[in-house]
Amino acid sequence: MDIIKSDTKINFLRYHNLALVLSSIVLIAGIFSLATRGLNFGLDFTGGTLIELHYPEAPELNEVRQTLETAGFDDFVVQTFGTARDIIVRIPADETEATGAEASSRVLEALSAGVAELEMRRVEFVGPQIGQELAEQGGLALLYVLIGVLIYISFRFQWRFAVGAVGALVHDVLLVIGVLSILQVSFDLTVVAAILAVIGYSLNDTIVLYDRLRENFQVKRKCDPMELTNLSINQMLGRTVMTSLTTLLVLIALFYFGGEIIHAFAFTLICGVIIGTYSSIYIAGSLAIKLGVSKQDLMPVQKEGADQPDTEILPERFRNREA
Amino acid sequence: MNRFPPWKYALLIIVIGLGLVYALPNLFGDDPAVQVSSTRGFELQPELTGQVEGVLSDAGIEHGRIEHSPQRVLIRFSDTDRQLRAADALRESMGDDFVVALNLAPSTPPWLDALGADPMVLGLDLQGGVHFLMQVDMDAARTQQLESYVSDLRNILRDAGIRYRSVRVDRNTVVVELRSEADRDQARQYVERELGDELNVETFEGSQTSNLRLTIDEAYLQEIQQNALRQNITTLRNRVNELGVAEPVIQQQGADRIVVQLPGVQDTAEAKRVIGATATVEYRAVDEQNDPYEAERTGRIPSGSKLYYDRNEQPILLSREVIASGDNLIGAAAGFDQQSGQPNVVVTLDGAGARRMLDHTSENVGNRMAVVFIEHRPETRVVDGEEVHSTRRVEEVISAAVTREPFGKRFQTTGLGSATEAAQLAMLLRAGALAAPMQIIEERTVGPSLGQDNIDQGFRSVIIGFVLVLVLMAIYYKVFGLVANLALTANLVLIVALLSMLGATLTLPGIAGIVLTVGMAVDANVLIYERIREELRNGNTPQASIRAGYEKAFSTIADANVTTLIAAVVLFMFGTGPIKGFAVTLSLGIVTSMFTAIVGTRAVITLIYGGRKRVQSLAI
Repeated sequence: MDIIKSDTKINFLRYHNLALVLSSIVLIAGIFSLATRGLNFGLDFTGGTLIELHYPEAPELNEVRQTLETAGFDDFVVQTFGTARDIIVRIPADETEATGAEASSRVLEALSAGVAELEMRRVEFVGPQIGQELAEQGGLALLYVLIGVLIYISFRFQWRFAVGAVGALVHDVLLVIGVLSILQVSFDLTVVAAILAVIGYSLNDTIVLYDRLRENFQVKRKCDPMELTNLSINQMLGRTVMTSLTTLLVLIALFYFGGEIIHAFAFTLICGVIIGTYSSIYIAGSLAIKLGVSKQDLMPVQKEGADQPDTEILPERFRNREA
Repeated sequence: MNRFPPWKYALLIIVIGLGLVYALPNLFGDDPAVQVSSTRGFELQPELTGQVEGVLSDAGIEHGRIEHSPQRVLIRFSDTDRQLRAADALRESMGDDFVVALNLAPSTPPWLDALGADPMVLGLDLQGGVHFLMQVDMDAARTQQLESYVSDLRNILRDAGIRYRSVRVDRNTVVVELRSEADRDQARQYVERELGDELNVETFEGSQTSNLRLTIDEAYLQEIQQNALRQNITTLRNRVNELGVAEPVIQQQGADRIVVQLPGVQDTAEAKRVIGATATVEYRAVDEQNDPYEAERTGRIPSGSKLYYDRNEQPILLSREVIASGDNLIGAAAGFDQQSGQPNVVVTLDGAGARRMLDHTSENVGNRMAVVFIEHRPETRVVDGEEVHSTRRVEEVISAAVTREPFGKRFQTTGLGSATEAAQLAMLLRAGALAAPMQIIEERTVGPSLGQDNIDQGFRSVIIGFVLVLVLMAIYYKVFGLVANLALTANLVLIVALLSMLGATLTLPGIAGIVLTVGMAVDANVLIYERIREELRNGNTPQASIRAGYEKAFSTIADANVTTLIAAVVLFMFGTGPIKGFAVTLSLGIVTSMFTAIVGTRAVITLIYGGRKRVQSLAI
């Protein structure tokens, strides 16, 4: 069974200008949203206290709020979480600071006075200094991944590909963060982990394409980069769609069955996989071409190991002449 | 004909066999158990097993296997009701020297246990429990040290017969004011001889005095801080023992932080009270010469004394000299005086504390000695628009008792109102052995019901995602898809086996990592199969296509996985707690999936098609 016809000849790159426009629009919308609304930073980064409670029967949120006000809190948020019987109470950092780790105990005490079978599900308290550190670490992690990838691809391929791949990565990360900002998805540590996983995934896709492109450059006689890139994308289309599909399937399972806590994580990954697939088709390829990847760039790269298609690479002494 | 070397078959069988064995323990559940361990971390003697058995048979509680190790005695039960009754019975009869805690013991069969196969360790988000990150206030540790230098310096100068105007703490230094340069030179000599290793001495001129400024040597300061941290960890261990937690984790993180993890603790408020009590105690002599009420009224406090208040807000004058402090305290236990039958608290001091205590009590029989309880409460002020975190010192006299006879290392305090009061004093004393104040800067608590939900939801999403992928692969790639499904299953077994072998902790994001791996692991097979299809389309024979497919796809798979691995490794280095779990399962998944998808599927495909001379078509 084929989902994708085996010999597609879609001229993807004919639309690459359209793709650039589309990317730009979403990118600008994302940046605009980032600038005006920012990210909906979770507790990990803002600091503060979060308490998740399970009531035997759905509580009246206003009553909960009133109880907390009587207990001396004035800046807090009460929301339902998943079901009407589960609520979370969030107390921002500035209110928490005076009381430190004690705030959660006070909330529990105040609320459980009225409801006997109140169940504590989760308490998170993040001090302000920790929040700052986590934010710094998250940023550094993103940076190091980008640098590591740049080095690895330069080493395995060629700098133009590395720049193309990293360009596609930056594109993906910006788009994902932009979408998170537009939809105001809670941005916590698991989302940072998801973004790093998106980087891994999107890179995976890009590498697969570049690998094929390199092979085609080496094997095919005609060397119009544009045509070869198009050919490579078409050759890999079945694989790209199939892998994206399986990955999306498990992510959707995670999104619907993984529980409330993993929601933002799964959502980020779903966005990332879709954007990553799109970018490896449109962005990574056309970036490499725009940067001027040519046959010469790729010839000296010696593939190693058992995968060597030995009949197809010319012996060393002919290679310069051929190029 | 396609051949596959026998050694690769052997490797595959060995790896998957080992994987199955080490993944197996996860299929067996847990037995409710009670764990008995030493409060002080002493090794447990085998005789303890008999004692435990005796207690249980006296109470008429049936029990399962009893395991003894130097760290703990573990008793299994068939149900939680017996477990709870047994824990109560043991707590009552084992006394203060042992910690009795509820635990879950994996019911791994003995033969698996003998192979060292254990189930995965579940993270706090899955089994429920408390995670605290404590920040040790190193500035306070320095100030405390400086204050102790002040009294040391006074003694040195007094012994040397040098008259000084004042010795006081000035920010991060101690300043000694002397009347003349000659005095100062002399003082400097003495100070350098006595404390030269620890203090850097410089001179400067005051308005009318010749002064010395002493700063703590940087290397020595680090040593002090490291010691303070270690002392705090020890204290935390003792406090956690009071809570009766089965497998607590208490370790240093970074230069000035301590991580405390208490799996299974449900009463977090109690845990916080016991752990977060940032307190210390000091023994001081009571100034009997002066009237504290008068001092309070006039505000004129006799030199050498300091005004304190006891728990009933009554003033009391205490000497400025500290006889012994929380640092010197080894133990404090509540009990009953053997002669009078009154409740008492028996205190044990370390060598230095005992010596000073003996010196003091020999000269002060009949006088009172007080215990001051000092608490550091965290506080935030706003100074010049910037928030300043600090700790406020609250001091309170918790007991003042008459010294009946000289004592040193071990002594008892009687005259307490009740047994409860004695127990409270003992707990406060034990809690008081902190070398530097600490503050909770991060807390993550997961209730037991949420933990169970997380496990259920996590596994449900793994299974559903897994089945969806299996179905899609089988439909799309037919026979080859089924082979890939075998590889995917083997991959899942290997991830679980590796996690169990490494003793890595499984967290909710870790499960997410497994789910993601399941989705991405088929990528290698998809690459290979698409390549085989392509070769077939190009008119190659089935056998040649299989060979070419595997060979040509290899470098692509390797490149793609290495880059994902880079992301996973960086995540591991920077991530904390649960995020690390995600990075671990993702990395392991990448490595195992390469193995199963390339070596594993090829072995099976060769088994199916390799031996045949003529293969008309491939079911791909």
